[in-house]
Formats: sequence, structure tokens, C-alpha cells
Amino acid sequence: MNSAADFYRDEFARIATTLPGSALPWLRHGREAGLACFAETGFPTLRQEDWKYTSVAAIEKSRFLSPPPTANGVAPGQIDAWGLAGTQRLVFVNGRYQPRCSNIGALPAGVTLASLAEVLGRESERLEGVLGPRSDPYPSGFAALNQAFFSDGVYLHLAAGVALETPVHLLFVTTEPGLALHTRNVVRAEAGSRACLIEHHVALGDGAYLSNTATDLVVGRDAEVEHLKLQQESLKAFHVAALDVDQQQGSRFVSRSFALGGGLGRVDIRVGLNAEHASCTLDGLYMTDGRQHIDHHTRIDHAQPYGTSREFYKGVLAGASRAVFNGRVIVHADAQHSDAYQANRNLLLSDNAEIDTKPQLEIYADDVKCRHGATVGQLDPEQVFYLRSRGVDEADARALLTFAFAAEMTGRIDMAPLRARLEKLLLGRLPERVKELV
Amino acid sequence: MLDIRNLHVSINDKPILRGIDLTVRAGEVHAIMGPNGSGKSTLAHVLAGHEGYTVTAGEVRYLGRNLLELSPELRAREGIFLAFQYPVEIPGVANIYLLKAAVNALRQHRGEPELDAVDFLALVKDKLKLMGMDTDLLYRSVNEGFSGGEKKRNEILQMAVLEPRLALLDETDSGLDIDALKVVAGGVNAMRSPERAMVLVTHYQRLLNYIVPDQVHVLAQGRIALSGGRELALELENRGYGWVEAAAGPAGGGA
Ligand SMILES: Nc1ncnc2c1ncn2[C@@H]1O[C@H](COP(=O)(O)OP(=O)(O)OP(=O)(O)O)[C@@H](O)[C@H]1O
Ligand SMILES: [Mg+2]
Repeated sequence: MNSAADFYRDEFARIATTLPGSALPWLRHGREAGLACFAETGFPTLRQEDWKYTSVAAIEKSRFLSPPPTANGVAPGQIDAWGLAGTQRLVFVNGRYQPRCSNIGALPAGVTLASLAEVLGRESERLEGVLGPRSDPYPSGFAALNQAFFSDGVYLHLAAGVALETPVHLLFVTTEPGLALHTRNVVRAEAGSRACLIEHHVALGDGAYLSNTATDLVVGRDAEVEHLKLQQESLKAFHVAALDVDQQQGSRFVSRSFALGGGLGRVDIRVGLNAEHASCTLDGLYMTDGRQHIDHHTRIDHAQPYGTSREFYKGVLAGASRAVFNGRVIVHADAQHSDAYQANRNLLLSDNAEIDTKPQLEIYADDVKCRHGATVGQLDPEQVFYLRSRGVDEADARALLTFAFAAEMTGRIDMAPLRARLEKLLLGRLPERVKELV
Repeated sequence: MLDIRNLHVSINDKPILRGIDLTVRAGEVHAIMGPNGSGKSTLAHVLAGHEGYTVTAGEVRYLGRNLLELSPELRAREGIFLAFQYPVEIPGVANIYLLKAAVNALRQHRGEPELDAVDFLALVKDKLKLMGMDTDLLYRSVNEGFSGGEKKRNEILQMAVLEPRLALLDETDSGLDIDALKVVAGGVNAMRSPERAMVLVTHYQRLLNYIVPDQVHVLAQGRIALSGGRELALELENRGYGWVEAAAGPAGGGA
């Protein structure tokens, strides 16, 4: 078998002209730079500190193919079940925007919401600074591959002071096994603007494929952005996601990430509190079973004074599944009066499940408030006994307590349709007679 | 109703109960008193089926059956109710839903149909009033953030709704203000009946002014050191436990 580098070089040669913006020299240049970087670094290996618990050898071996650029036969009816009421919906099937399944309603003045491919076609200058060759190194081979191959994604721009009240639902659907999908989202929220996005990954069928997505977000001065994510990939899928957030003065950013699907999942969230008084909340819930492996790496850089970060991740691990949580918080020398809190709580429901959790606090400023903690445990036997002493079956008591543990995270979602959807998904895991208890 | 014979119980190989004998008949109210650490809660937990305790000898019969064979949930469905000394907080599970689950588990066990939502709510609201509790406590998570007194009332609320045959009340009076004590005692008295038995664990004679027991037992060093009528509680109040413990013999005495 040829090397991964050769394989992807051939793939690129085969499909480069079908990728959006292929006629733009700067973009072509940027894609080639990504490819060259991948050729050099390849996929991450266990020898890299950041990847030591998560092997992606199976991705390398799989030789997933780029999807054909032509429209596929997905009908709106096939994906309606994933829709969320009261949203602007953009649907991407196998990495390409599908207007037929999407529904973008009236937008306030100052909001640009369109597929990346469309924007590259009509106003490419908006993207030149973001999608061109990058000067700093790619965080991993996946980022480099994404740069070379991204086929579409969302472009959202909010002019200063504009509030987009309707949440934006980005639905990424994979319909076939064997594909490598690289998607890219670009969000620019100018000063004082506000928006909420839902990034939602699903599959038709249970095949193996690679979904490699990167989201790049700038939250301007006093702007407010919420990024909600629901990962429901097929249980054989590989899901790799990056979220990079650049926060300006007084801005607020909220990320709530729910990982329920995927055979192998790796999420990198990097937030830079790059000006004074910026604040971020990073919440997450991963629920794994069988042989699933879900890895979250988060990094928050307190680069300037008076930043606040709140991070809370919970995990529920069953079967022979494995999860990794690595939460890094760096308080830089200039970031006086930073306030950081991080917690990771894990519930191990089986002896064969395994969690590697590592909070990493690096503090270079002296006037700061930082706390962190990680716990790994089983259900509290006293709670189980209390419920049983009231007549509740042991199995039901355990299911109920597990639900309650997870529901703490869904309860924090303000967007009602998504909260309801997640609660339904959690309830789906409960025995019938317990469902009416919650 | 309840027959305890020579019950020995250990926790992590440490003997706690060293030969308890106790008989409780239907319609009776028994008070168990005794110094801290003497094993009162241990006894209550073992009767309710807590699995953290090991019964090393003896037997317990309840309504003619071997109680120790039954799972905690089966005991509950057979009519045993433990009001916890330290009620457990269960974040994320609403009080009312636990009540509903408990009621329906009982009814199902007895082959009765589930209560419909309206009847259930009427029943609960009725008992809630009896306990002087706010409706909003129903919709909060079980015991989470409840004050000490609210937790105790909540236990009695559950008891009032479930109407057990054998109620074990472990220091339900501790932490209650005087008014709350009267309310709780009123709730308990309202449930006294010829078919029902109650075992009250308490440190205070005060409770027994409101709920008059048929018998008072003193648990010391893992045994029932002394039993008597309600006047025994008064005597303990005046004299403390020292004389009972002295009469019961040295702590390490063994069986
Ligand atoms: N898990 C445990 N491991 C070791 N010893 C224990 C454990 N649980 C209880 N004990 C011991 O068992 C003894 C009896 O405890 P128990 O709670 O039954 O006492 P009690 O009579 O209810 O006391 P109190 O009046 O303070 O409520 C105590 O000495 C206690 O420390
Ligand atoms: Mg006790």
C-alpha cells in the first residue's frame, strides 16, 4: 500500500478542480500548502503528547475517498427528523451544501449567512484572510487535510450591533460509508453582535467514514456567540472536530458539546481570551458505550487581564468504551485578575470502561483565581439504596441516577428545541418504566 | 409482625450489633434509644436491606417471612418504610416523581392499578398539607438543598403517602424546631393503627410526649440493654446512659 501522503496527494490531484474556489489562485495556494504540510507531518501518532491516548491508525489505514461533487439523492423527508424548530437550517450532505433541504428565512440587515462555497463564488475577498495559506503551523495533520480538502461549510458574518435571534442549525449528514468529509465553518461576529449556532452531525446508515470538521470563530468586542454541538455520527464513524475561538474585549462565548455517537471521536476546542474582560463557558457531555472512544482536548488561553473561563465536562462511560478529557488552561503573564474554573466528572458504569482525565492548569500571572478538579466514580450506593428503599427496582434506580447525572448538562441549554431533543435522546437510553419518572 | 432473634451484624468485619432480640406486634409503637454509635441506625438499615452490612448470625422474620432474603425494593413493597436519619439528596430526580414511582411500585406489587395523575396529586397535596410543606418542594430534586427540617418532613410525607405496615423512623425528630416536631408527631400519630407498627429511634424524651410508645428499649454496645415502658425514657432523660451501659457490662464483652 502506498503511504497516506501519496494517497492524499493522488486524491487531491483527482478532485482539486471540483473543490469550491478552485479557480482562485490564493485558495489553490492555501490548499496546496495544507497538502504539503500533511505530506510532512502525516496523521498524529501516539508518540505525540496530545494524542497519546487516541490512536488514529484506523483512519490512516481506511483510505477514505473524497465524495463526488455531484448532488446525491437525499430528499428533505429523510432528514426532517433531525430538524430543530425555530432555526435557520443549513444542510450539508456529504460535505456539500444542499439548498433543497435547507431553509434560510429572512435575515436581519447586516447578517450574511450562506454556504462557504457560495461566498467563495461571489465575494471571495471575505475569506481570503481566513482560508489562505496560514503562517503558523497546523495543530495536526487533520487541520492540514481540512485545509487542503474542505468542500463546504457555513459562512456567518454579523455586522456590528446585529443580533441574529434565530439560531443557526448546521446539519451535516453523511449518507455513505467510505467517505472522507472535510468541512469548514467561518463565523465573524463584529462588535456588539449576537448569534447562536448549532453544529449537528448525523448519518444515514451505520457505515464507517471520516468526518473532519473545523470551525473558526471570531467574537468581536462585546459580542456574544453560543456554539452548541450535537455529535450523533454512526457508531463506526471517525469524527474529528476543531473549534478555534478568538475572543475580543468584553466578548462572551459559550460552547456546549454533546458527544453521543461516533466510534472514534476527537474534539479540540481552543479559546483565546485575547482582550480584557472576555469570558467563556465550555460545557460538555460525552456518553460512550460498546467500544466507543471519545477524546476531548480543550485549551483556554487567558492572554489578557480580567478574563473569566468556566469549564464543566461530564462523562458517562459504559461497556468497554474509553474517553479522554484533557483540559488545559493557560493564564499568561499579562492576564492578571483572571478567573478560571474547570471541572470534569465521570461516571463509570462498567469495569471495562476507562477514562483518562487530566486537568492542566498553567499559571504565569500572580493575581488570579483558578480552581479545577476531576472525579471518576460509580453511582453513589447511598442514592441507589435510598431509591430502592422506596420500592424502585435496582436497575431502574441505576438508570434513573445515570440519567440525572447526564441531564445536568442538558438542563443548561437555553435553546428549548435542542434541550428537548437531547433529553429525548437520553431518555431513549432508559427502561420504559423509568421514563415517566423524569 | 417483626421478630428479631439474636441478630449479629458487622461492618467491614467490625461487629456492631451483638445479639439483638426484639419483637414488634401490629399496632405497637416501640422507641429505641441509646448512646451515639450504639448501633441504632445500623439496625434500621439492616431491616431496610442496606447491603453495606453483613449479618453474621441471627434471623429476622417479618409477617412470617425471612426478611433478610428480600431485596430492599421488595421489603419496601411489602410495607417496610425507613425514614432516614440522613435523607439522601438526589439531584435531578424530582420529589414528586420519586413519590409516584414509589406509590406505583407498591400498587403494582399488590396487583392494584396505577393511580391516575389527578388522584395521585390529590393524595399528595392532602398529605403535604398535613405536613405543613410548600407545594414547590414537590417539584424540587429529592432533598437537594432542603433544610434539615425540610428533609425530615419530606421523609414523613413519603411515609404518609406510602402508608407502610412497618415504619422505622430513625431520629426523625432531630433537627426539628418545636412547631415542626408537633407537625411531624401529628403526622405519625395520624398513622397509628391496629394494622401498623412503628419503631422510633430517638435521643429525646420530648418526642415521646407526643408519640406515646408502648415500649422503650435502650440499645447499648450492640445489644438491647434494657426495655421498659414509657417511664424508662424519662428516667434516661434524668440519669443518662451511664448506668445502663454499666449494667450491660464492658464494651468488648463479646457474645
Ligand atoms: N462504614 C462503616 N465502617 C466502619 N464503622 C462504621 C461504618 N458505619 C457505621 N460504623 C460504626 O458503627 C457504629 C454504629 O453506628 P450507627 O450509625 O448504627 O450508630 P447510632 O446508634 O445510629 O448512632 P447515632 O445516635 O449517632 O445516630 C458506630 O460506631 C459507627 O462508627
Ligand atoms: Mg443513627
